[in-house]
Amino acid sequence: MVKRVLKEFKVEYLQVLDENGNCDESLMPKLSNEEIKKIYEMLVLVRVFDQKAFNMQRQGRLGTYIQFKGQEACQVGSAIALEDKDFVFPMYRNSGLLIARKHPIVQVLQYWGGDERGLRSPENVNNFPIAIPVGTQVPHAVGAGWATKLKGIKQVSAVYFGDGATSKGDFHEAMNFAGVFNVPVVFICENNQFAISVPRKKQTHSETIAQKAIAYGFEGIQVDGMDVFAVCKAMKDAVEKARNGKGPTLIECFTYRMCDHSTSDDASKYRTKEELEEWAKKDPIERLEKYMRKKNLLDDAYKENILSKSKDIVEKAVTEFEKMPAPDPKDIFRYVFAEMTQQQKEEMKELFGN
Amino acid sequence: MVVATIVQAVTMGLRQELARDNNVVVLGEDVGINGGVFRATDGLQKEFGPERVIDTPLAELGIVGVSIGMAVNGLKPVAEIQFSGFLYAAFDQLLSHAGRIRMRSRGRYTCPIVVRTPYGGGIKALELHCESGEALFSHIPGLKMVIPSNPYDTKGLLAAAIQDPDPVIFYEPMRIYRAIKQDIPEKEYFVPIGKANVVQEGDDLTLIAWGAMVKTCQDAIEKLNNKYSIELIDLRTINPYDAETIINSVRKTGRCVIAHEAIRTSGFAAELIAAINEKALLSLEAPVARVTSPDVPFPMAKLESYFLPDVNRILKGIEKVMIF
Ligand SMILES: Cc1ncc(C[n+]2csc(CCOP(=O)(O)OP(=O)(O)O)c2C)c(N)n1
Repeated sequence: MVKRVLKEFKVEYLQVLDENGNCDESLMPKLSNEEIKKIYEMLVLVRVFDQKAFNMQRQGRLGTYIQFKGQEACQVGSAIALEDKDFVFPMYRNSGLLIARKHPIVQVLQYWGGDERGLRSPENVNNFPIAIPVGTQVPHAVGAGWATKLKGIKQVSAVYFGDGATSKGDFHEAMNFAGVFNVPVVFICENNQFAISVPRKKQTHSETIAQKAIAYGFEGIQVDGMDVFAVCKAMKDAVEKARNGKGPTLIECFTYRMCDHSTSDDASKYRTKEELEEWAKKDPIERLEKYMRKKNLLDDAYKENILSKSKDIVEKAVTEFEKMPAPDPKDIFRYVFAEMTQQQKEEMKELFGN
Repeated sequence: MVVATIVQAVTMGLRQELARDNNVVVLGEDVGINGGVFRATDGLQKEFGPERVIDTPLAELGIVGVSIGMAVNGLKPVAEIQFSGFLYAAFDQLLSHAGRIRMRSRGRYTCPIVVRTPYGGGIKALELHCESGEALFSHIPGLKMVIPSNPYDTKGLLAAAIQDPDPVIFYEPMRIYRAIKQDIPEKEYFVPIGKANVVQEGDDLTLIAWGAMVKTCQDAIEKLNNKYSIELIDLRTINPYDAETIINSVRKTGRCVIAHEAIRTSGFAAELIAAINEKALLSLEAPVARVTSPDVPFPMAKLESYFLPDVNRILKGIEKVMIF
C-alpha cells in the first residue's frame, strides 16, 4: 500500500506598483518613459470615453451601455503587449480594450447605439466582434491560436472574459483544448468580483481563478488588476511564451467593477458603498499618476493637457457618430449569407418593395 | 383580487408554489438578493431562504442539468434563464434528457422541471436578448412549451406548469412584462396547459398569435374599426398546441392569418398551417397567411422596427387574405 504526495501546486500573485505609487523595479516590465506615458494617456482616454458613453446613455443618446470603470488597467495593460496582427476576442465589457486595440471610437459608439456597423474590425487589426453570451468566445480564441500554429505563423490569440464566465463549460472545454494542443493563446480573466449580483465566492469554490489553469496542465497567475504594470508584465511574459511555442497562460486580473453592471443595473442592491470606497483607493490611474510624478514623468500641466486632449478626441468622435447616416434597413439581409436565399429575397421585397 | 403586471404575476405564482410545496425550489443567475434582473423573484429569497431560492453560478447548461437531477430525485425545480437567448446552451440537456427521461426509464423516473425565461424583442435590447426560439423547443418530444400573454394567464399557467408532471419551458413576453395590468385572484387557480384562448369571437377571419404578439394583434383589430369581424386566438401553449380550437375557428371563418415574432422559415406558424391543411383545407377561402419576422438574425436597436411584425404588417396580412 502506498500513500504519498503526488504533486503539489502553487499559485503566484504579482503586483509591481502599489496603491501609493511605489514600484518594485525588479519586477517592472520593459517599458521606456515614452511607453509609460502612452499607457497613461490611453488609460485616461478610455476612462473619459467610459464616462461620456454612460452620460450619453442617460441622455438617451445611446442604448444599454456596459461600463468598465476600474478595469482600465486590465484592458489597456494587456492590449499593449499584443501586436495588431494578434487575434483578440473581446467581451461586452471591453470597450476600453477595443479602443486600445485601434477600434475607432466612433464605431464603439455606433455599437452601443444599436448599430451593427460598429462591430466591423478595421482591416489592419484583428479584433473579433465582442461576445454577448458569456464565455462563448473562449473556445474561438483557442481555435484561432491553434490555426496560427497549424499554419506556422507566429500569431498569438488573446481572449477576455469575466469571473462569471469561468463557470461555463465553454471556458473549461477551451482551456482543456489549449492545454492538450499547446495552443498559443492567452486567457485574460477580468475578475471584477461580481457577475451582476453574484459575488466571486459563489461563482467558484476555488480560492483563485488562476489555479484553474493547473488542472489543464499550464500556468495560471493572479495579478493586481488595478496595477497596469503587473498586468503588462504578466501579459508580455504570456505573449512571448505563446509566440515561442511554449503554450497557453491564464492571467487572472484581480480587479473591481467601480460602476453598476450595466446601465440597467443598480449595484446598491447587492453591495455596499464602503466596499466600493475601499476599492476606489486602489484606482489604477491615480496610482500610475503617483508613480509618474515621482519619476518626473507627470506634472499638473501634463495631466491637464492629457485630460483635455482626451475629451477632445471623444467629443470629436461623438460629433461624428451623431452625424452618421442611419443604416440602410436592407442591411438586415445583406450579411447573413454570402448569397441571399430565395426566401430572403421574397421577404425583402415584401418588406421594402424592391 | 389584486392588480398585477405579467412580471408581478410571475412573482405571485412563484410565491404561491413555494408556499404550497416544500419541494419547489427556484434557481438561476441573480434570482436571490437581486430578485432577478427583471425583479421576477423579488423578495422570494428573503421569504423562503437561500436554500429554496438559489443564486447559481453562471452556467445555463448547469442550471438546467442540475434541475433535471433535482426533479428526478423528487424536487420541483423552477429554473430561471436570464434571457431566452442564453437557453440554447442547455439545448442538449433539454433534448437528450429532460424530454426523454420518462420514456427511457419506462415511467420509473420523471422530470417535472419548469424553465422560465423572458423572450422576444421590441425593447431595443442588446444582441441575443430578443430571441423568439419557441419553434426550436417545440421540436423536442416530451417537452412542453407555454407562452402567456397577460397577467391572469401568467399566474394560472405558471401554477399549472409547476404542478405539471412533465418538463415545461415557460416563455415570458419581456416586451409586455409591465405593459398590461389586470385584476388577478390571489388564491390558487389554473389555466390549463394545451388550451388556446379565444380572445374575441368573429366570423370573417381567424387571427392566431401568442405572447406579446397578442397585444399587437389586438391593436391591429382596433385599427380595423370593425371593417372585418376577426376571431382572435391566443395559442397560449405551443406544445401541445390546441388544434381543436384552431380547426373549429377556421372551419367557421374560412380565412386565417398567423402572426409571430420569430423568423418565418420553420417558425411555428408552419406547423399550424400544416394542421389546418390536414383538417380544414376544404373550409379555406384563401391560403393561410403568415406575418413573421424575416429569415435574418434579430437586428440591433437601430433596425429592430424593420424586423418585427407590427400593426401595419398584420393589417396587410389580413387584407391580403380577405381580398384573395
Ligand atoms: C450565457 C449568458 N448568460 C447570462 C447572461 C446575462 N449576463 C450578462 S453579463 C452577466 C454576468 C457576467 O459576469 P462576468 O462573467 O463575471 O463578467 P462581468 O459582467 O462581471 O464583466 C450575465 C449573467 C449572458 N450575457 N450570457
